[in-house]
Amino acid sequence: MTTAGVYTPKPGAAPLTRMIAAQAALETKMLLRNGEQLLLTVVIPTLLLVLFSSVDIVDTGEGEAVDFLAPGILALAVMSTAFTGQAIATGFERRYGVLKRLAASPLPRWGLMAAKTLSVLVTEILQVILVTVIAFALGWSPHGNPLAVLLLLVLGTAAFSGLGLLMAGTLKAEATLAAANLVFLLLLVGGGVVVPLDKFPDTAQSLLGLLPISALSDGLRDVLQHGSGMPWGDLGILAVWGVVGLTAAARFFRWE
Amino acid sequence: MRSDPVVQVQALVKRYRTKTAVDGLDLVAGTGITAVLGPNGAGKTTTVETCEGYRKPDSGTVRVLGLDPVREAAALRPRIGVMLQSGGVYSGARADEMLRHMARLHAHPLDVDALIERLGLGSCGRTTYRRLSGGQQQRLALALAVVGRPELVFLDEPTAGLDPQARRATWDLVRDLRADGVSVILTTHYMDEAEQLADDVAIIDAGRVIAQGSPEELCRGGAENTLRFSGRPGLDIGSLLKALPADCTAAELTPGAYRVGGKVDPQLLATVTSWCAQHGVMPEKISVERHTLEDVFLEMTGKELRS
Repeated sequence: MTTAGVYTPKPGAAPLTRMIAAQAALETKMLLRNGEQLLLTVVIPTLLLVLFSSVDIVDTGEGEAVDFLAPGILALAVMSTAFTGQAIATGFERRYGVLKRLAASPLPRWGLMAAKTLSVLVTEILQVILVTVIAFALGWSPHGNPLAVLLLLVLGTAAFSGLGLLMAGTLKAEATLAAANLVFLLLLVGGGVVVPLDKFPDTAQSLLGLLPISALSDGLRDVLQHGSGMPWGDLGILAVWGVVGLTAAARFFRWE
Repeated sequence: MRSDPVVQVQALVKRYRTKTAVDGLDLVAGTGITAVLGPNGAGKTTTVETCEGYRKPDSGTVRVLGLDPVREAAALRPRIGVMLQSGGVYSGARADEMLRHMARLHAHPLDVDALIERLGLGSCGRTTYRRLSGGQQQRLALALAVVGRPELVFLDEPTAGLDPQARRATWDLVRDLRADGVSVILTTHYMDEAEQLADDVAIIDAGRVIAQGSPEELCRGGAENTLRFSGRPGLDIGSLLKALPADCTAAELTPGAYRVGGKVDPQLLATVTSWCAQHGVMPEKISVERHTLEDVFLEMTGKELRS
């Protein structure tokens, strides 16, 4: 077998857009292939939505349960992908040298982060479609300004991504796995997702209201359930979390 | 064929907390295959990872293809291929998937199918990375390093833990790379690997290069290589010396036992036997004692290479 000339150097980076698109596609594929990730991003939100809408477990206040629950589940979907899923995946990529190996490829670091964000957004779009379809089937009747909803989802994604990457880039992969799941569970219960915040004592309420998950679920509920205008307070809380989280992640993230 | 250096390291110092991993290391590597040889913990990986841009020198300068690997990383990265000692692949990715992905990050990649075939990765099928055997993972890492058609490839212990067949396949690929004009820097603690592959060997110990040269030069630099034979006593040593290359020695140690010292190669052996034939001598018990890099290393450091 003659192979002469096959390996003759011809180096060069692919165009940036192609690199980022390829990276985002691979990351999304890896996520959708991972059973635990699917449990987190698809199964749990769907199950909670169906279960709590059809069985009267928690008193969700006046009106249809699904009108209260759907915005909360949308917030949960954003948290599961941007925070929990991204933290765990990135933590293990760091641990297994994937980030290190990619750092020696033509894809620049910011390109990798852009691809990760793109992959998170694609996953969220799939989640939003799924949750919306199921919620409609359960009799959901949303109101409000779609732009406000979009803005909440984007700022929520930024806030959770910053926190997720901060965790993945500073803790050991196993610690990230444990902590990200624990935080997911705690925020699911205490962040106004399925349990209204007014079930908690007053002092706890005002603190819990400052959590990114509460701001996101509360903002989405204001708009989608009550048809409010721009929920500036909640947008502000999310923006602060986003800036703090992303800045800290950029500052403290360790690639290996 | 050795022209501009592909790697130039000057007075490199790299410390981790209190431990000095690299301690004033100088290394110049030209085109071709350069082996960085040394025991575990000698500073091989740190040196190579500094060249790859992963680590910032505490002091000293590093130039790879004329570029600063940290400050000019964007220009350098597409031109080099990197094989890490382990890992580097999504645990849920299949071998071909990861290889195709790395190809997509480059402008003129190799034919992925041909590379898969060449390295015997086709048998990996739909198996994800975490379930591949160690050998398959190694070969995938090698494929990832070359798929972008780089000018220079860094291989960090490319055959550690491979079975002999896989080892030979890796060596063959490295030789083909060299034949097509790709330069290779490889770290190893296998003597025979350095001897078989390298144009140039740098021996590292305790964070410094303690010797550098072609395998032949290094072996000659140590204790002399020796050819011994027996014949009838009293042969004309002066005549034998005339037939031999200028830098050789010859002596009759005990009556009938002869020793020739120098660069022992097939040519020398032929010279000695044809001299014997001309003088009607039947040489018996011809033996060749070649010094290996292993001996050289042991002499220089007093240490075993493998630990």
